[in-house]
Amino acid sequence: MAGVTMDVLTTIPEAPTGGVPSPRPLESRRGRSDRIFHGGVSLGGIIVLAIMVAVGVFLSLEAWQALSTTGLKFFTTTEWQPDSGNFGIASVLLGTVLIAIVGVAIALPLATGTALFITEVAPPRVRSTMVALVDLMAAVPSVVYGLWGLFLLQGHLVGVSRWLNTWLGWLPFFEVSGSDPTDPLSSTSVYTASTFIAGVVVAMMVMPIQCVVMREVFSQVPPGEREGAYALGSTRWGMIRVVAIPFGRGGMIGGTMLGLGRALGETIAVLLIISPRFDLNFHVLEAGGNSVSSLIALRYTEASGFGLSALMAAGLGLFAVTLVINFTASWFVARSRSGADSEA
Amino acid sequence: MSAVTTSEPTVAATPPPQPQAAPRTFLPARPDAHVAPAERRVIGGVSRESVMVLLGAVASSLATTLLLFGRLTPLAGKFGFVVVLFVVFLVTYTVLISLTERTTAIVDRLMTVLLTACAAAALFALFSVIVFVLIKGFNALRHANFYTEDMSIAGPLDPLTVGGILHAIVGTLIMTLIGLVITVPLALATAVYMTESGSRWAGFVRTVVTAMTALPSILAGLFIFATWILILGFERSGLAAAIAMSIMILPIIVRSADVVLRLVPGNLREAAAALGAPQWRTVWHVVLPTARSGLTTSVILGVARGIGETAPVLLTAGFTSTMNVNPRANPMVSLPLAAYELVRSPQENMVARGFGAAAVLMVLVLVLFTLARILGGRPAGRLSKHGARRTAARSAEDLRRFEARQHAVPSIDSEVMS
Repeated sequence: MAGVTMDVLTTIPEAPTGGVPSPRPLESRRGRSDRIFHGGVSLGGIIVLAIMVAVGVFLSLEAWQALSTTGLKFFTTTEWQPDSGNFGIASVLLGTVLIAIVGVAIALPLATGTALFITEVAPPRVRSTMVALVDLMAAVPSVVYGLWGLFLLQGHLVGVSRWLNTWLGWLPFFEVSGSDPTDPLSSTSVYTASTFIAGVVVAMMVMPIQCVVMREVFSQVPPGEREGAYALGSTRWGMIRVVAIPFGRGGMIGGTMLGLGRALGETIAVLLIISPRFDLNFHVLEAGGNSVSSLIALRYTEASGFGLSALMAAGLGLFAVTLVINFTASWFVARSRSGADSEA
Repeated sequence: MSAVTTSEPTVAATPPPQPQAAPRTFLPARPDAHVAPAERRVIGGVSRESVMVLLGAVASSLATTLLLFGRLTPLAGKFGFVVVLFVVFLVTYTVLISLTERTTAIVDRLMTVLLTACAAAALFALFSVIVFVLIKGFNALRHANFYTEDMSIAGPLDPLTVGGILHAIVGTLIMTLIGLVITVPLALATAVYMTESGSRWAGFVRTVVTAMTALPSILAGLFIFATWILILGFERSGLAAAIAMSIMILPIIVRSADVVLRLVPGNLREAAAALGAPQWRTVWHVVLPTARSGLTTSVILGVARGIGETAPVLLTAGFTSTMNVNPRANPMVSLPLAAYELVRSPQENMVARGFGAAAVLMVLVLVLFTLARILGGRPAGRLSKHGARRTAARSAEDLRRFEARQHAVPSIDSEVMS
């Protein structure tokens, strides 16, 4: 620019003759390299889409074979004898849901408390350590939790089961058939391998997932509202109650449901702990229970072609439940005030 | 008014109180001038009193519970002890605070204790898991042969000095490697497709991928078992397991990579476009490097999830006790599967080996996890100290290059201008 000699004065270009100027049409044309780039990226997207759709469609088609023979009885039958055509997911689905409910019931207060501790109570240095540890908890493999539950937790929880049965046995779901609360020397084996114990182990896996989502939401509470509450003389708990929890409610619900989805799909920890049974068992403390994924893991080897499609029908049922829960969760998170840019 | 009097007490003392002929602004005498200005209240930090109350409550409740458990009632059990201790502590603490505080403050203190207790319980559970697995596996872990041999020569009754889990470690590494080769390019391409291409189908792909994150992991295994092994007739192998694992972690990685890419500020893309960069250059030189740490984290966390997952491998890999480095033929075992199979044995040594395998797996995940936290954890575009220095050096170099070019061939500029 420095070397330009100025022998031309600034001129005003003559206005184009012939009426009102129209806006220049804008068009974007991709170069060849960009077309290749788009092709490649779209190919990746299409492959992933194809895989995902293939999994869904294949499972549905296979499951259809089993579903079409049993019809609606599939949802009411408790037995699982596919070769004689007498099978249904009533008991396994009930077992799965019960395990997940126990898990979430234990994990939810823990996760909420831990998330609030991290965002509101802990000093900054403790906070970052806690964040890392909760993330780590989410990364511990489920087989490790399963071993821990089977070899360590079960021994301690049997006493809790017995206590609950003795004192709260009048509640229908704490009933245990075959137990005798008046006999202190009765065997504790009626309490082992129960839905309750599996649920506690699942709670340990679900808790960090819920906690991460809730922590994310609580940390987005606008500082103005937080300090406003303090300025009005609120205590910390008062601030949490009237500002943080209402603000984060959507995220709390969403996080809870995400955890629920994970709890429903858990296989190996449940498989290690529970002893399978096929009846409608609402008694969570009683020995034996079942879940869809442990059923698949147990039966896939011995299954014939038809048995396999029956297992797939069961898996598809579970998938459908999880799908609904996950989408509801992300709807709750996205709809909440706090979820505008958070991703569950 | 009061603000003036309190903040400048010295001024308040000096002016004579009697009004002058032409009254100007004056400060009225403070009615309580002899009282020293109130001391500033400490509103943060921990007071000595609250610490004392806490310690007193702990001591008192511990004593009460010990008395209850040992002497007065036939209570027993560790778990019960902790619960009773906590309840007694809460009651004692409430009584102690209520001596000095009102209801609002009591509730606040109690809730603080409860929240802390939740966090402590969660931490205790985590440490108990880690320590328990390490202790139970210690007997196997302390033998070097555990890491260097496979189980082919070890019978069910052999001592822990014979046999190890090298085959499972190698199997896990091979499966993970294949899984990475499959998932990383696909996941990145899909995430870029979803965020950058502006295609009408991007939303649809995102919905499908989100839906597939809900797929129970065992169904991924069942799908591969039914198609790859039963229909296509391949045998159970490391490759089948790796594919099942890929199907499971693909949606997870795509989803988190999508989130990371969407966090890249749009004005960076616009700046690149304004400089005339074609889109692939924008993505390659601006978007991906900006999101590098986040992308690394999402891949590592996805892989950590995949490594730890037993269910898909259980259905597709088969089980073997010998070393197999060929993923295309013969069964190949992974660490979680080995742990699962070994602990189901009635032999104590086998159970110890199972715990050893679980401990090795846990350490592997821990290492991956630490790696993810070191590499990632920074928001998009925020550079590390080293990265910032490198970027500064590079842009200084660019500046030098531009200036050199300008001084050397000024004619280019004039040609462009005219």
